[in-house]
Amino acid sequence: MNLLHFFSENRQQILELTLEHLWLVGISTLLAACIGIPLGILSARWPAWNKPVLGTANIIQTIPSLALFGFLLPVPWLGDRADRLAILALTLYALLPIIRNTYTGIRGVDPAVVEAGRGMGLTANQLLFQVELPLASSVIVSGIRIAVVISVGLATIAAAIGAGGLGEFIFRGLAMVSNQLILAGAIPAAVLALAADFALGWLERRLRPR
Amino acid sequence: MIADRKPMEGAGIAELVIEFRDVQYRLPNGTPLLSGLNLQINGGETLVLLGRSGSGKTTTLKLINRLLVPAGGDVRVNGSSTAAMDVIALRRSIGYVIQDVGLFPHFTVERNVALLPRIEGWPSEKIQNRIAELLQLVGLEKGLGSRYPHELSGGQRQRVGVARALAADPAILLMDEPFGALDAITRDELQREFLALQQRLHKTVVFVTHDLREALRLGSRIALMEAGRLIALLSPDEFLRSNDARIAAYVEAFAGGCDLLASRGGR
Ligand SMILES: Nc1ncnc2c1ncn2[C@@H]1O[C@H](COP(=O)(O)OP(=O)(O)O)[C@@H](O)[C@H]1O
Ligand SMILES: [Mg+2]
Repeated sequence: MNLLHFFSENRQQILELTLEHLWLVGISTLLAACIGIPLGILSARWPAWNKPVLGTANIIQTIPSLALFGFLLPVPWLGDRADRLAILALTLYALLPIIRNTYTGIRGVDPAVVEAGRGMGLTANQLLFQVELPLASSVIVSGIRIAVVISVGLATIAAAIGAGGLGEFIFRGLAMVSNQLILAGAIPAAVLALAADFALGWLERRLRPR
Repeated sequence: MIADRKPMEGAGIAELVIEFRDVQYRLPNGTPLLSGLNLQINGGETLVLLGRSGSGKTTTLKLINRLLVPAGGDVRVNGSSTAAMDVIALRRSIGYVIQDVGLFPHFTVERNVALLPRIEGWPSEKIQNRIAELLQLVGLEKGLGSRYPHELSGGQRQRVGVARALAADPAILLMDEPFGALDAITRDELQREFLALQQRLHKTVVFVTHDLREALRLGSRIALMEAGRLIALLSPDEFLRSNDARIAAYVEAFAGGCDLLASRGGR
């Protein structure tokens, strides 16, 4: 009861921080998709790209998030505003699943379908946009879904550098030893993650070729 | 079986459409697969590439539409070296049908068939007419046009594969074991329809199979391959009457296989 009371009393702020959180996750996922999908396509098309691209994304993924935020802090333009920095860090983390799934999705297209397309005289671009990407889209969306779910959690840590989002409640709650505050951040974050997981999972199934 | 074979084309001098001149092919790792391949394929004939699995039939076929590039020699189509041609234009002028069909699973039957005309920018009315014409040509009901490939039987899928290959009315058709994955009854049906179709269309067909009966039934000439070499080039009648030990061996091995099937009640 106490918690419900707290939620309704602070709903304005919860809503604000949730939107801020959504914004951090949304922008960074969008950026990661804009960078990661082309990189995934490149590595599927030219195997020489595969190792360096996936390797780099892999290494980024292994850097602890707080450390990554810390590393980026002294970077001039970025360090000016905490949200820029958080968005960059979240983008970097989201790259790996998106690149990997784009690569796997394209490589997973039935070789007979690709051969038929090449044999009938489709150009490389026609094959990519009309055949390979549509058939890989479900796997690519699945990569984005993984990225978003990870991002929603990671973005709570962005509050540590003052980027806002639901992490603010959590850090405040930790400092004040208040479960209510912690939950005010954790519950909306969990709901966001579940909602994104559900929505993108639905999209993924819709796109799955039969 | 012999009775329904396609009669030889009209009396006129056969025109050379596809030519292999001393063609070599090597795998990327350097292993030679084909060497010294010479072959001339005439307009309107059905040349069957016959041979056991791994003898180099598919490799030979893919050299024609440049899915594979020869390491030496020259593959010529309509008098020009394919090396000097725009590869996309070359492929669009050649229909290609494969055993696994390779229909685009995210497109309806109609879109599969119409993809090339669409890309080539045909007006939509012409495309619609062509779709209807092609579906009828390969014996598919009109209503199937809106289905997806997974909603079709194996035989229907291969019919769509043939319709798609014929869409832009290519003069050349390459077929790689197109009926190999079908049950015996469907295969027989499609072979019969292929003969009827070919009698109307007179395409230059290169047809790959390991099935001797199919080769005898469909081919105007049979090119027997073994270990990357062309070892005989004969008409079906000559093929059956040949005393060549390697041909006899193939006939016998194949007949043996059929007897075995027959004795098991297979067909
Ligand atoms: N990309 C490849 N890598 C390795 N071996 C190959 C490759 N392509 C073909 N081969 C080999 O080359 C031989 C001829 O292949 P292919 O032309 O497909 O024969 P066929 O169609 O008569 O069965 C086979 O032994 C096959 O295993
Ligand atoms: Mg083959």
